[in-house]
Amino acid sequence: MTEPLLMLDDVRATLRLRGGHQTLLDGVSFEIHAGEALGLVGESGSGKSLTTRAITRMLDPAFRVSGEIAFDGTSVLAMNQAALRRYRSTDVGMIFQDPRAHVNPVHRVGDFLTEALVRERGVDRREAERRAVVLLDEVGVRNPEQRLRQYPHELSGGLLQRVMIASVLLAEPKLILADEPTTALDVTAQSDVMAILDEQRRARGLALLFITHDLELAAACCDRLAVMYAGEIVEQGAHVYHAPTHPYTVELLGARPSIDQRVDRLPVLRYDRETHELLKAEAS
Amino acid sequence: MNGAELIGTERIGTEPIVVANRLRKVFPGPTKDDPVIAVDEVSFELYPNECLAIVGESGSGKTTVARMLVGLETVTEGELTVRGDSRTKGVKNLADRRRWAREVQYVFQDPYSSLNGRQRIGDIVGTSVGLHVGAGVTRREVQDRALGILDSVGLGQSFAEKYPHQLSGGQRQRVAIARALAADPAVIVLDEAVAALDVSIQAQILNLLSDIRAERDVSYLFISHDLAVVNQISERMIVMEQGRVVDAGVTAELLADPQHPYTRSLRAAVPRPGWKPVRRERLAS
Repeated sequence: MTEPLLMLDDVRATLRLRGGHQTLLDGVSFEIHAGEALGLVGESGSGKSLTTRAITRMLDPAFRVSGEIAFDGTSVLAMNQAALRRYRSTDVGMIFQDPRAHVNPVHRVGDFLTEALVRERGVDRREAERRAVVLLDEVGVRNPEQRLRQYPHELSGGLLQRVMIASVLLAEPKLILADEPTTALDVTAQSDVMAILDEQRRARGLALLFITHDLELAAACCDRLAVMYAGEIVEQGAHVYHAPTHPYTVELLGARPSIDQRVDRLPVLRYDRETHELLKAEAS
Repeated sequence: MNGAELIGTERIGTEPIVVANRLRKVFPGPTKDDPVIAVDEVSFELYPNECLAIVGESGSGKTTVARMLVGLETVTEGELTVRGDSRTKGVKNLADRRRWAREVQYVFQDPYSSLNGRQRIGDIVGTSVGLHVGAGVTRREVQDRALGILDSVGLGQSFAEKYPHQLSGGQRQRVAIARALAADPAVIVLDEAVAALDVSIQAQILNLLSDIRAERDVSYLFISHDLAVVNQISERMIVMEQGRVVDAGVTAELLADPQHPYTRSLRAAVPRPGWKPVRRERLAS
């Protein structure tokens, strides 16, 4: 088997507090191979966003991180500033939940899209714009030339998220980290944006780490799933959606209302921290 | 399409609580002769003890309809009545506003911004109780009633002394529901009230909402873009697209076999077993 593109081995992130320590990532391990999509699923506070921040080394300095994170065989935790900058700008592309929080509202869409190419890669401005236009067209933005001259507030959320995808693709990364990229969108825009992301990713052979709270959405767009609870991955693999084995995954799948049938009462999760600790103690 | 035609036979003989008849809301647009028509000839009825869902994408006007119902927006045209009283002209005085609030209460999407961060939970609910009980009720009685309501939404006595920031998102939404119940309203508008919650919490709140309906007479106007949630909670639904009602009917029937192309596209976009995301036709500019 080839070496994974991204490898996390027993990653722990501990926050030092006045009274002691709080471990927010507790031994997270997974691999993503080139061209593969992994869905990281969990509820709020489970540590899925912290995991992406650990991968890009953007955790608050107050965290103590241990374990190993390797990208293409290189340890991310050992990178110097220059290498880290290169890694963040060219190897990994990031898409966030709220595109509006990640664009500068006083800069035109065109400047946002071409800035990195012009500044970091020394691409000619006209050439950068030409590439941006091609990509905007590929992600389903009509009249791309006109869009380049518009400001972020003139675009809808779904449209702006397509611009974000285009900006990530422009940098030609090997891995895309998408943190709840469709949570703020309508179902139809969600379907659209995910279809575009999926299609572009496959066409370019990019790997994807897809962070979401939606098990069904993750299952539809990813090769494998990893389910997080309390800073740990409780279950991962290709089987998770169709044949979950961990009680938390089973209960999580059952709690979501179905569009096909109505139940008298929705099953409520009984899995809690106590059950979690008990189960862990039994396993060890 | 008129919602009244689709109502089951058991409705005959009961008076609707809320009637919207060709409701319109026009906002001034970017230029003078380019107004934004947010709500366009919307008609529906809400009957006692039912849950009517308004479904649509963002910008479809569903929240504007609800805001007109509670008086947060004025009505441009059309007729809106609650128990036969018109709400089209707006409130004239404080007594009117209180009476309106007693009839229709509102639960917002984001429980982080809808509660006063400097008020204790007991006071948040107590204030609402105090506003709506008649004269001659002591402070003690108001407090006791607030505690009783908190208890009915699954928050024990210890929560009364806490502040919103000490609560989780699900607990805050319970407080928002308790505050609405404190007015003992005939109608509660739930505007994307479970959209921001985790799946496990969402299930609890949906169960709580059905428990409340089992215990008291109350109707819900449930605004949502999530068809799975709508299927779980509502009996009837209307579908809005760009300010207009394009489809209406019994929720289970509409979702089992959607006929209107817009309803069909909304249903097709919901992730479910075996589902794959599909690209919409290229975005119109």
